[in-house]
Amino acid sequence: MDYNKIQEGVIKLIKKSQTELPVDVIESLEKALSVESGIAKLQIANILENIRLAKATGRPLCQDTGVQTFFIEAGVDFPKIGHLKKLIIGAVKKATEIVPLRPNAVDPFNSKNQAGNIGNFIPAITWDFISGTDVNITAIPKGGGSENMSKLVMLKPASGINGIKKFVIDEIKKAGGNPCPPTVIGLGIGGGADLAMKLGKLALLRPVGLRHEDKNIADIEEELIQRINKTGIGPMGLGGKTTVLDVHIEHAPRHPASLPVGMVVQCWADRRAKMVIHQDGRWEVL
Amino acid sequence: MDYHFDIPLNNQDIKQLRIGDVVYVSGVLFTARDESHRLMLKKDPGEIPFDTKKMGLYHCGPLMKRINDEWQVVSAGPTTSSRMDIFEEEFIKKFGIRLVIGKGSMDDSLTSVFKKNNCVFTVYTGGAGALAADKIVKVKDVYFLKELGMSEAIWIFEVKNFGPLVVAMDSYGQSIFKSWEMLFKGENCACK
Repeated sequence: MDYNKIQEGVIKLIKKSQTELPVDVIESLEKALSVESGIAKLQIANILENIRLAKATGRPLCQDTGVQTFFIEAGVDFPKIGHLKKLIIGAVKKATEIVPLRPNAVDPFNSKNQAGNIGNFIPAITWDFISGTDVNITAIPKGGGSENMSKLVMLKPASGINGIKKFVIDEIKKAGGNPCPPTVIGLGIGGGADLAMKLGKLALLRPVGLRHEDKNIADIEEELIQRINKTGIGPMGLGGKTTVLDVHIEHAPRHPASLPVGMVVQCWADRRAKMVIHQDGRWEVL
Repeated sequence: MDYHFDIPLNNQDIKQLRIGDVVYVSGVLFTARDESHRLMLKKDPGEIPFDTKKMGLYHCGPLMKRINDEWQVVSAGPTTSSRMDIFEEEFIKKFGIRLVIGKGSMDDSLTSVFKKNNCVFTVYTGGAGALAADKIVKVKDVYFLKELGMSEAIWIFEVKNFGPLVVAMDSYGQSIFKSWEMLFKGENCACK
């Protein structure tokens, strides 16, 4: 197996995640363009023109190329599974030069910017293990402006679903134009504090416009989308009808005493790209 | 209204601008984020190696690429302006700033600062980094690159028809962000 070839694939994955947006995101922005007017429409038009330009010129669409974040489903029968982590870290380091990516790994104690977008626990990788021989990697580089608006709350279970909805809407109002709306909201409900936040981020992997398979949860998503868009915050917080493109919920059982809600805010640049690596080293960026 | 102005904006230019207006600017911008605001505020204006009064302030941490000996802008949209709330009153006064470009809202208390200093806060579409980069015609200089790194360093950009910028806080003490805050009162009842 040629590790260099696989690493080239991961670099290509990172580049695609930075320079192109998924079709579902573009379609929902085009829909926003058709319902907005005035300054709001101008913002969406700029966004769409920027997406077009970034793809055509192969440049990152936003200067904040984010924290390099990967969700990996590794087939347990993939040979040399132990090499994957090192290979991905190496790809991030190289992609920083090649794509290029902005150096975004800052030491929290002395504020020194560590070159290469790597460091302790960075890139952020979430592992899952599946049967088979393929490895599926999703890259979702995460920008700082939207991540700053993410929040965890440990509600009292008595607050119930209405308490969850109130928390989300209050936080969106506080965030205003800061997270670069129209945003995509990932909500993790249940689990513990850490799992709720992780589920919130995992929820962002779902394409925009796709509802939860459970009708009751889909209805909550739909209600939140409508109520958030009624706030009038609009694109970039300048007023308008489109404040969120979508709300996605993932859930886990909660402890009897807890109702954790993790809200992960993603900017309109809902960057996602996928690749699969086969057991013989062949790969495809999808 | 759409306006096209040269930087530095003069008093008359600034007085024409009202919240919601769209403006395009040509001239020189300097970038500054949190760390460079902090660093500049520790110095006297005379110690700053460029003339802030002749430039616009751009809240931006660009993605740059060095090709041979020249810096090229890859992507350079605005960064979240509210992080600069705590610095901006003193910064505007001390460095004679008349034009601020950023994204998102700034604290409502700054409306009086923009009014008093005859200054405007304008916003560019957040995340539109490639589009913004194409309006930058020249990288004139960079300061504090070694100390602060690429995103926090102060970059001096020559721009042409940089925009569309939306006037978010004008020199009359008005803020565009007030308009949707009023709408919240209607939504609050639905949250109960």
